Amino acid sequence: MNKQATPTHAIDVSALTQRASGQIDFEQEDICLEVQDLNLYYGQKQALKDINLHIPAKRVTAYIGPSGCGKSTLLRCFNRMNDLIDAVRIEGRILLDEQDIHASSINVADLRRRVGMVFQKPNPFPKSIYENVAYGLRLQGVNDRRTLDEAIEKALRRAALWDEVKDRLPENALGLSGGQQQRLVIARAIAIEPEVLLLDEPASALDPISTLKIEELIYELKNNYTIVIVTHNMQQAARVSDYTAFMYLGEVIEFGDTNTLFTNPQKKRTEDYITGRYG
Amino acid sequence: MSKDKQDRQDVNDSAKSWFKSGSPWVWLTAAAVSASIIMVAGLIALIAVRGLGYFWPTPVLVANYHESDVRTVPIIGEIRDSEAVPLARLRANGETIKSDNEFITRHLLRVGNRDIQGMDFRWVLEPRLSQQHYPDDVMVIERREWGNFYGHLQAVKENGKIIEEGDKTWDVLQQRIARTQKIFGEIREIEKDDIGAINYRLEQLRLDERRMEIANDSNADNRASISSERTALQARYKVLQQNLAQLHININRDILVAKTGDGQVVDIPLAKVVRAYRPNAMNILNKSLFYLEKLWEFVSDEPREANTEGGILPAIFGTVMMVILMSIFVTPFGVIAAVYLREYAKQGPLTRTIRIAVNNLAGVPSIVYGVFGLGFFVYFLGGSLDQLFYPEALPAPTFGTPGILWSSLTLALLTLPVVIVATEEGLSRIPKSIREGSLALGATKAETLWRTVLPMASPAMMTGLILAVARAAGEVAPLMLVGVVKLAPSLPLDTNAPFLHLERKFMHLGFHIYDVGFQSPNVEAARPLVYATSLLLVLVIIALNLTAITVRNHLREKYRALES
Repeated sequence: MNKQATPTHAIDVSALTQRASGQIDFEQEDICLEVQDLNLYYGQKQALKDINLHIPAKRVTAYIGPSGCGKSTLLRCFNRMNDLIDAVRIEGRILLDEQDIHASSINVADLRRRVGMVFQKPNPFPKSIYENVAYGLRLQGVNDRRTLDEAIEKALRRAALWDEVKDRLPENALGLSGGQQQRLVIARAIAIEPEVLLLDEPASALDPISTLKIEELIYELKNNYTIVIVTHNMQQAARVSDYTAFMYLGEVIEFGDTNTLFTNPQKKRTEDYITGRYG
Repeated sequence: MSKDKQDRQDVNDSAKSWFKSGSPWVWLTAAAVSASIIMVAGLIALIAVRGLGYFWPTPVLVANYHESDVRTVPIIGEIRDSEAVPLARLRANGETIKSDNEFITRHLLRVGNRDIQGMDFRWVLEPRLSQQHYPDDVMVIERREWGNFYGHLQAVKENGKIIEEGDKTWDVLQQRIARTQKIFGEIREIEKDDIGAINYRLEQLRLDERRMEIANDSNADNRASISSERTALQARYKVLQQNLAQLHININRDILVAKTGDGQVVDIPLAKVVRAYRPNAMNILNKSLFYLEKLWEFVSDEPREANTEGGILPAIFGTVMMVILMSIFVTPFGVIAAVYLREYAKQGPLTRTIRIAVNNLAGVPSIVYGVFGLGFFVYFLGGSLDQLFYPEALPAPTFGTPGILWSSLTLALLTLPVVIVATEEGLSRIPKSIREGSLALGATKAETLWRTVLPMASPAMMTGLILAVARAAGEVAPLMLVGVVKLAPSLPLDTNAPFLHLERKFMHLGFHIYDVGFQSPNVEAARPLVYATSLLLVLVIIALNLTAITVRNHLREKYRALES
């Protein structure tokens, strides 16, 4: 549990050993989210065990692991979505820009505005495409037509959806295809300019072409946002992420930069998983 | 032997496979649906035929009737019903008729002329009728009092002098009736609208004065203004009164002379005549026009003669208005309750108990709601309102008496469970992902509810409202205690400010059916009206429901995320 790691360059043997323990050297990175000794219980059952993590800013961090290992639960901790579930108990701290997100001074709605989230299944509201993207802005009291128009175009362009929908903004968003819906949901999330974007298996319900588009989009978005993505698709994690954490039964087994984790895993379990021996 | 066994085996097998195939189940379910449809269609068809047939002009029979073996009377009337009765039964009642048939037909004849003969209907035995014919010149007069008159037109009198008794008498009569009707309309307009408004204003002034008295307000200016307004109103009333007197003289100018079947000559003032017609002389086109006219009168006019004649507009109006008021009360109330139960309340034994209680509330007999409404709304709430806001009118109650407001509130209470249950159902069907999507964008729970969840649940709310309307529009029992009357002097909506008079009593189609069918002095005459009113009630409910269903389908189309 040594946080004062010696400064090293990107790939270094000593750094790798530290990564194996869930720690990583982030001297060259800005830390956006920091998880300290996080334990999460669903009633009596412990779902997350002693999680300690750093999530670097403006990078893509991926969580991989078998189903039920707690990666979505961990993700939902970052914007306190787990608050909605009864009988969830959380111990430990999560710091967003060095501020505890469970502190009483933190307004949950504000937190969720700063930490956007995209879910596994596209969940556009049954409203027009325009109103879907405008939803978060209207919540903040933005009702000026011109401001909205600009923000919506910007968000849709960033989500690589503008060209497909620019002529049908007043149409119901449910008329879009699954891949378009998911990109719309991403546009909706980035329209309110969050600091962090949480993606919970964003492409698992989509066809390969849509998946590719979403991955390209993630690649584009990391210039502006800190992205945390949960996926059970290892190729996807390898393609889009800068850092990868492997989780198993509520624990982070290994956390490190993506290349290293996939080419030279330190733990046997990680190796077994990424080589397909179980999971 | 073995072949026989084999055959039996085959039959067994095929029966088994037939059962396995599910066809019997399909047949059973289809039969159940067909039976339901046939029953509903049959119900509507029955009340439609019975009710709508009433307005079609029936030919008028003129005949001699041998009341006994020695006594013969002329008879005029419409055959309203016919049935076969066993001869033996008639014999047992002392009937001396000779016939070879085992059954004898008898007719229910509407003979009218209640003022002269004392009865509207009589049964006649077919074999005792002779010289049956349907002459063109026999005339039916619908009167404002005493029901129909059947007879022959003799002459038309003006100011007591006969002006026409030849061939043209009929045409002259029609012209004179048209004139009288016009004057009658004017009189009614003055009495109802103008004098009604003056009376309403005078009553307001009286109450103003009384209020000042109670408040010990001795402002001379106010008193002066009240009394000057009152003088002005009374002056206007005098003018109207003079107009009325002149109109009454005009309307009483013309009289028709008619002869009944048994030869009596009677004078009938045209002021008492609604219309006169000769059904036997009508061709199919005339009859159709007559039919439409009668039908229009039925839905657009006020009732006459203790509700057994004329139209039922006030009842239609009262029913629709009561249902609309009820919807206005029950929808927000039910939705808010459901939102709390489903979205905010902690789910546990307590909410479960409340839910069961709400469901059971739907099973409470409606008359119990009536009693509750009378005790709580009318006496307690209404009485308190009177004490607080209308002390000047006491001891005459304003809200402390049954009225349309209390009726709609009572029915709102009655239908509340339906709305709560339907809304809860709708709320529980909104996908979690939609709520999370909204929350993840920084919406609070309340914002999520307002912007996403409630709009999406609106079709379910409409379903609840549809069920509520269907239940409320047909409910009569509680209304008899909290606001429905046989005949309301004025509609709850009129041109006197504040236009909407929620304290007024009202008429209702359901109660009208009961009243006409069972409480009217002339049940036999009113029976077809019962069917016609029932049909109209059903149509009103269908119309109200269709409106709500259209709105719901529109909302469903808009928020169809639930289906995907």
